[in-house]
Amino acid sequence: MVQVPLASSSTAAPKTRKSCRSKLAGKTGQRSEMDETVDERGADQMVTALAQAEPVVSVRGLVKRYGSREAVAGIDFEVRRGEIFAFLGPNGAGKTTTVEILEGFRQRTGGEIAVLGQDPAMAGAAWRDRVGVVLQESEPELGLSVRECLALYAGFYRAPRDIDATIDLVGLAKQAGTLGTRLSGGQRRRLDFALALIGDPELIFLDEPTTGFDPSARRAAWEVVAGLRRLGKTIFLTTHYMDEAEYLADRITVLSAGRIVAEGTPRTLGGRDHMTSAISFTLPADLQARDLPAGLRPLAEPGPGGLTVLRSESPLVHLQMLGNWALGRGFDLPDLDVHRPTLEEVYLSLTGSPSEQDHQ
Amino acid sequence: MIRMALHVSAYDLRAFLRNRQSQFFTLALPVLFLVIFASLFGGSGHTTQVVGGRISTSLYYMPGIIALGVIAACFGNLVASVTAQRESGVLKRRRATPVPAGAIIGGRVLTAIVIAVVMSAVLLGLGWAAYGAHVPGRTALALAVTVVIGAASFCCLGYALTSLIRNEDAAVPTTQALLLPLYFISGVFVAVSILPHWLADIGEIFPVRHLANALLVAYNPHTTGLGFAGLDLLIVAAWGVAGFLIAVRKFSWLPLGR
Repeated sequence: MVQVPLASSSTAAPKTRKSCRSKLAGKTGQRSEMDETVDERGADQMVTALAQAEPVVSVRGLVKRYGSREAVAGIDFEVRRGEIFAFLGPNGAGKTTTVEILEGFRQRTGGEIAVLGQDPAMAGAAWRDRVGVVLQESEPELGLSVRECLALYAGFYRAPRDIDATIDLVGLAKQAGTLGTRLSGGQRRRLDFALALIGDPELIFLDEPTTGFDPSARRAAWEVVAGLRRLGKTIFLTTHYMDEAEYLADRITVLSAGRIVAEGTPRTLGGRDHMTSAISFTLPADLQARDLPAGLRPLAEPGPGGLTVLRSESPLVHLQMLGNWALGRGFDLPDLDVHRPTLEEVYLSLTGSPSEQDHQ
Repeated sequence: MIRMALHVSAYDLRAFLRNRQSQFFTLALPVLFLVIFASLFGGSGHTTQVVGGRISTSLYYMPGIIALGVIAACFGNLVASVTAQRESGVLKRRRATPVPAGAIIGGRVLTAIVIAVVMSAVLLGLGWAAYGAHVPGRTALALAVTVVIGAASFCCLGYALTSLIRNEDAAVPTTQALLLPLYFISGVFVAVSILPHWLADIGEIFPVRHLANALLVAYNPHTTGLGFAGLDLLIVAAWGVAGFLIAVRKFSWLPLGR
């Protein structure tokens, strides 16, 4: 119990100083000693540049075999400081294996990895002081209230965050005195976030943080993660939910059967930004696809339920042609629909899911 | 490290006191057994043969039930709670923090030893109040040392067994299945002097018998000298070391059952 007041008072000073500094300075990731000595703007920027040049997580040729089964089959990626990096893939793709190797829980079979500049397999307490972990499946500490759980974990770190402020941050202020085991699923997950955050880590691993949640609990969890981004934390997120990656991530890497099949931002992943849109509509009964203007005719194909579908790489241009043509002939296209491929469809096609054919 | 172990221990103790299963198996059951056995077999005039003479049968049960209390705290309760912590991912999450492994284990062991010592004191107090039991001051140190050596050894055995149990539901049945027969053949529930030789001989192999015996030596008013049962303590400690070696090789921080 002695640690609690000690811990909160010792963090108060660096916290205030940090929050006064520029966003960039907050991202340098150097511990408080660095913040104190660097005062000039130039030096500050140099430190920032150095810190950002080195990725927070760097993985080269990572392989993990269990017997003859290759769970991770040689992957490379980097996570940059301050970003939310999503590791997306179906169950069994090797996401959790990879995360557990990065967290230092499992030994790799081969490859080079550095997390905050160190090999997690060799890293010690000083490294763990800078890393927060939200496990895929973990229950609250048995027999302890929310505040007691946080006080216990705060005692494990050199410079923990303030306990009550952390409880507030994850929205559990009303449940602070409740036993962890009496919390709802969504509240438990928020307690997990708080426990991962209490040591004020630079890097946080979130392993499938919303699996099994109802939509409102997922939204609430996303808001907490978005809050972590505002604190300048680097976040490594694994998920098999496309919408989660799309909502939260700055960059997405898609893993399937132990291999990376695509990398990009939510907008560009899998060439999504270059994919064709589908413009679909029903022609009046007396007209057929061959009656369309010459510029649209080659794009047309028959769709389900008598629809005509145009596969277009420049939907705006083709929509205008279509509109001019229809209005010029004095009819409307009441069921007109423009559909860009959703990230979900891109993902399903990338991961070779059985529903692949339905979407292509 | 020691500060960290104390920190962990303070919270483990708090969690222990809030757990109904541990309240019953660890705190209430030894008291219940003492009352039952001392009342059942300890009526007026019943005496039991011990080294150096005979003592009232209700007194004979005191050291045996203290052994049971120590084992319940350091083996039964420890196996159940550590297995539950491991399977629920609590140990894994603690391990993801900078806290040293030794502080987590040391803190839990400390908790068990504190419970064992408190239980021993409670049982002695109860025996003194209800059955006229007493601790000769001369052997008080031996009694305390025996409780602590027994507690530490059974903690090691507890960690060894935890490493072999894959599932938290199996923890309590497994410890009870191991301990109940041993209590009967180790002089805890039934005086060794009335056991058939072959059963007593089997009991001799296991640490329960030697912990009970060492406590009896430290407790027996006929004991001469300081009351240290050297050989028994050595055998209990040897079991503890064996448990420690198994635990070091097999203990897992990650859930095994999933």
